[in-house]
Amino acid sequence: MKSRHKRLAFVIAGLTGLAGAAALVMNAFNDNMVFFFSPTQVLAKEAPEGRAFRLGGLVEKGSLKREDDGLTVHFVVTDMHKTIPVTYKGILPDLFKEGQGVVAQGKLETSGVFRAEEVLAKHDENYMPPEVKKALDEGKNAAAKAGATVSQ
Amino acid sequence: MPKINWFKYSSPQAFYPLIGKMIPWFTVLAVAFTLPGLYFGFFVAPPDYQQGESYRIMFIHVPAAWMSMFIYVVMAGYAGMGLVLNSRLSSMMASALAPTGAMFTFLALWTGALWGKPMWGTWWVWDARLTSELILLFLYIGFLSLQAAIDEPRRAARASAVLALVGVVNIPIIYFSVKWWNTLHQGASITVTKAPTMAASMFTAMILLTFAFWMYTIAVALMRVRCEILERERNSEWVAQAVGRSR
Repeated sequence: MKSRHKRLAFVIAGLTGLAGAAALVMNAFNDNMVFFFSPTQVLAKEAPEGRAFRLGGLVEKGSLKREDDGLTVHFVVTDMHKTIPVTYKGILPDLFKEGQGVVAQGKLETSGVFRAEEVLAKHDENYMPPEVKKALDEGKNAAAKAGATVSQ
Repeated sequence: MPKINWFKYSSPQAFYPLIGKMIPWFTVLAVAFTLPGLYFGFFVAPPDYQQGESYRIMFIHVPAAWMSMFIYVVMAGYAGMGLVLNSRLSSMMASALAPTGAMFTFLALWTGALWGKPMWGTWWVWDARLTSELILLFLYIGFLSLQAAIDEPRRAARASAVLALVGVVNIPIIYFSVKWWNTLHQGASITVTKAPTMAASMFTAMILLTFAFWMYTIAVALMRVRCEILERERNSEWVAQAVGRSR
């Protein structure tokens, strides 16, 4: 065995060991590495109680209400199974919309309302021109109508 | 076809004049890809249906983030080669790539912050994607400063190669962070396995700028390795001749 083969073996063995160690660490961290909890998780008491945490999900359509001061907003975060009502006072990011992803940081009050101190919008990986979005929505509506007529 | 002896170019003396000829070509290619890339990015690609114009920062952000990871893998590959084969040129290539990699990492973090403020509502969050990319920046800085801290080039190369190889674990973590954990950062729009989830003209601009960044990286890394060769071989006969000739 030449010395350079020996060094190569060392490097490969070292990297393999390291990858294994990293995999184990990541596995152990897995539960602590969540950036946010979904409403289902929160209602199942998986989120820390009495401490601040992040709540993530979609803003339920038709749930956004603004108070007269123009700053306080109420909306409902849903993960399509469970929902949690949220109140927040402050400026919302540009991408905040009903039906869009959102991550709110704050505390769950005993009344079951989540009082957010910070609201972040979560963007998805889709980028398209406005015309395409419009065409897609029209296609979806047409399909929904067609489905409705068939079922009648 | 005449057989080229590739191993000839692993000697700095043979490589030096070759890269001198390659640099202008890669510089020209970098400019040739940047100009249409920016034109497509600013004028041809339509605004996004939600983000309007501000999504355009991704034409810089995404290629920069790709390069930051890709350069690290190449750099670690060269560093490992230097460690195993004891070849001088490999470790020189590794140290020539590091500053460019660090620059792209910084660029990706910075453009991400500029986009994050209006879109997410925050400059920075400690989610898995952003944190692991920040660690990548620290790895580059650590690699560079470790090399600068040791005077003897061979020992410096060996120590920093170990650091570079250890840091490779971070690359799959960055790439898959958006899949493994729930993060604020969105998933990948362009993957090898699926069609890209963006309009074709947006995709064109991004790909053109990616190629531009590649060409730029090759050009500056070769320039840097040329300086490095001259510096390390300054006492040899051929450097005295080469420098003497160009004067």
